[in-house]
Amino acid sequence: MSDSLIAGLDQTQLLGLYHSLVLTRAAEERLEMLQKQGHVTGEIYRSIGQEAGAAGAAFALNRQTDGTGDFLAPTVRAAGALFLFGGELVDFFRQYMGRATGPTEGKEANIHWVDFQKGIIGPVSPLGTMLEVMAGITLSFKVRGESRVGMVFCGDDASSTGAWHEGLNFSAVQRCPLILMVEANQWAFSTATRKNTRVRSFTEKAAGYGIGSESVDGTDVMAVYEAVSRAAKRARAGKGTQMVELRYYRRLGYAQHDPQDYVDPDELAMWVDRDPIDLFERRILEEGWAAESVLHKIRIRAEEECKLVAEQATGEPVPDGREAVKGVYTDTITQHPWTRTDGPYRRDGSELNT
Amino acid sequence: MNQPAPEHLKKTARGEPVTLLEAVSEGLFEEMVRDDSVFLMGEDIGVYGGAFKVTRGFLDYFGGLRVIDTPIAEGGFTGAAAGAAHMGLRPVVEMQFMDFISPAYDVLTNYIATSLYRGAGPMPIVVRGPVGGGNRGGPFHSQNVEMAFFHTPGFKIVYPSTAYDAKGLMKAAIRDDNPVIFEEHKALYRAPTLREVLPDEDYVVPLGKARTVREGSDLTLVTYGAMVHKSIEAAKKLEQEDGVGVEIIDLRTLLPLDEDAIVESLKRTGRVLIVHEDTRTGGIAGEIAIRLNERAFEWLDAPILRVTAIDSPVPYAGSLEDYFLPQVEDIVTAGRYLAAY
Repeated sequence: MSDSLIAGLDQTQLLGLYHSLVLTRAAEERLEMLQKQGHVTGEIYRSIGQEAGAAGAAFALNRQTDGTGDFLAPTVRAAGALFLFGGELVDFFRQYMGRATGPTEGKEANIHWVDFQKGIIGPVSPLGTMLEVMAGITLSFKVRGESRVGMVFCGDDASSTGAWHEGLNFSAVQRCPLILMVEANQWAFSTATRKNTRVRSFTEKAAGYGIGSESVDGTDVMAVYEAVSRAAKRARAGKGTQMVELRYYRRLGYAQHDPQDYVDPDELAMWVDRDPIDLFERRILEEGWAAESVLHKIRIRAEEECKLVAEQATGEPVPDGREAVKGVYTDTITQHPWTRTDGPYRRDGSELNT
Repeated sequence: MNQPAPEHLKKTARGEPVTLLEAVSEGLFEEMVRDDSVFLMGEDIGVYGGAFKVTRGFLDYFGGLRVIDTPIAEGGFTGAAAGAAHMGLRPVVEMQFMDFISPAYDVLTNYIATSLYRGAGPMPIVVRGPVGGGNRGGPFHSQNVEMAFFHTPGFKIVYPSTAYDAKGLMKAAIRDDNPVIFEEHKALYRAPTLREVLPDEDYVVPLGKARTVREGSDLTLVTYGAMVHKSIEAAKKLEQEDGVGVEIIDLRTLLPLDEDAIVESLKRTGRVLIVHEDTRTGGIAGEIAIRLNERAFEWLDAPILRVTAIDSPVPYAGSLEDYFLPQVEDIVTAGRYLAAY
């Protein structure tokens, strides 16, 4: 093992971070291709420009696969964090393509899946809910005296919802070991953040709940890693709920259907210049942590990995439609529509559809 | 936890009769003793013991990690219950009045009810609290909330009418791996006529099973909650004054609905009257009627009718609330009509 280069990370770890950034981007680019080919029927939400926030944050936590580590609730724009927590790349593609082989067997989309052994709890679409849920997860850590923390990502305008405030207040009051990552990417679909809040930094909202907070450049993966390391240390030390604000920019539309024509091109160009992968590459090379040839290999590996598993997932089956009635309850049968079984009830009244 | 249970929670052990409220308390208490993953969250349930004192003495006995006084934010603490349930705990969440479950509607319907189906695992959560009218509580302290959740796949809904059932159903609800909405009628909480001596043993009333309150051959009354008792009064009157034999089915659990029990009764009587305290439009009577239409049309000798509250918010003034609520005379009138059909 080589010596620590920065912030306690060695070369392998730094390159692991780099891999996480390029893997996220490659996976999402692959998704776009699959969508154009008709394999992905749902929406795609790109995280280009935000990869460092997801990777840097997840990298600072204790990631285990045996149900003893920290917890992560990512957003759809934090897929990199999901991968770092052990979320399988092939499952990512299966989920987007609604394959029977995916973790939700086609019943849910994209990164909405869970793996409690790995500490992954995928989000739901209503905003703010996961903050409430993570408050309960981390409450259980507190109740059981476990040294674990839970991280929950939210878009900045989730902080407009009641769920966000109720969940954050509950967590703060109970001193839950929860780290809230606010993705301040300056847009809520087509509405600019300044139209959704009067605060200049979301850490001002943290002050309203008496919790610790920090604002960080979300394009700088090392800065994110260090800020979240500090937050995790505080949370683990019993100092309760923490917030870390990630300042960056949503460089593509809300989803693929959004042409982003409401964005000032100059502003966008400025943020393209602050691409988190480019910035990290420059830093690695300037500091001499690795050679360009090494980085090149990592990029190629990420792209090949995505291609390979995307092909695998594409070839896998979609679920049988009749599976739709299963899994509503642990123990109660959901009926098939009688028109799909053996006709209307018979005149002798004997039971059908059982 | 070696200290003795509070005296007021040992009535059954002493062979004394309990009210429905005391039965709920005993059920909760015994489940918390039996299983240390069961814990309580809600407003004023700890120090104060709950607005109706259902959890009086619990905080001292179980401590603040298992009896949690929450901020007044039903969505927030219900969502936290979901997170705790993910981690293997079994939260019982109190709504101070069930009318206040609405702020938690999002997390209940979108998150909790869908969790298992989304592959996110079971949600062993009970959301319980006082419901129902007749106490001059006005629009926000009197509602029945069952049908707001009846339409969402994933829930079970329980609504006991006796002390025995309340305790047994509470235990079954807590042990169930699915989210359960548990409604406790305020007018039944301390009703002296409902006091009964419960078996001093660990019994469970299974969810999804109706109870035949009384048998009769001419007419089936399908009902639940406080209306069970009004239906019994009406049935006695119909029998005495009209010679009509009335069978009463107490649903006890609304989801899953014990369709078989209703169908079997209908096959004996040929006539069905559904009585519920909830408002008329979108009430459970509509669902029961269509199921009987699907399954037992041939046995019907008369139309299926219903007696329900009127379609309005719950009014405050006694004269208005009495008019709003279904009364014994309404049930007698409808029963008479059906018997003569």
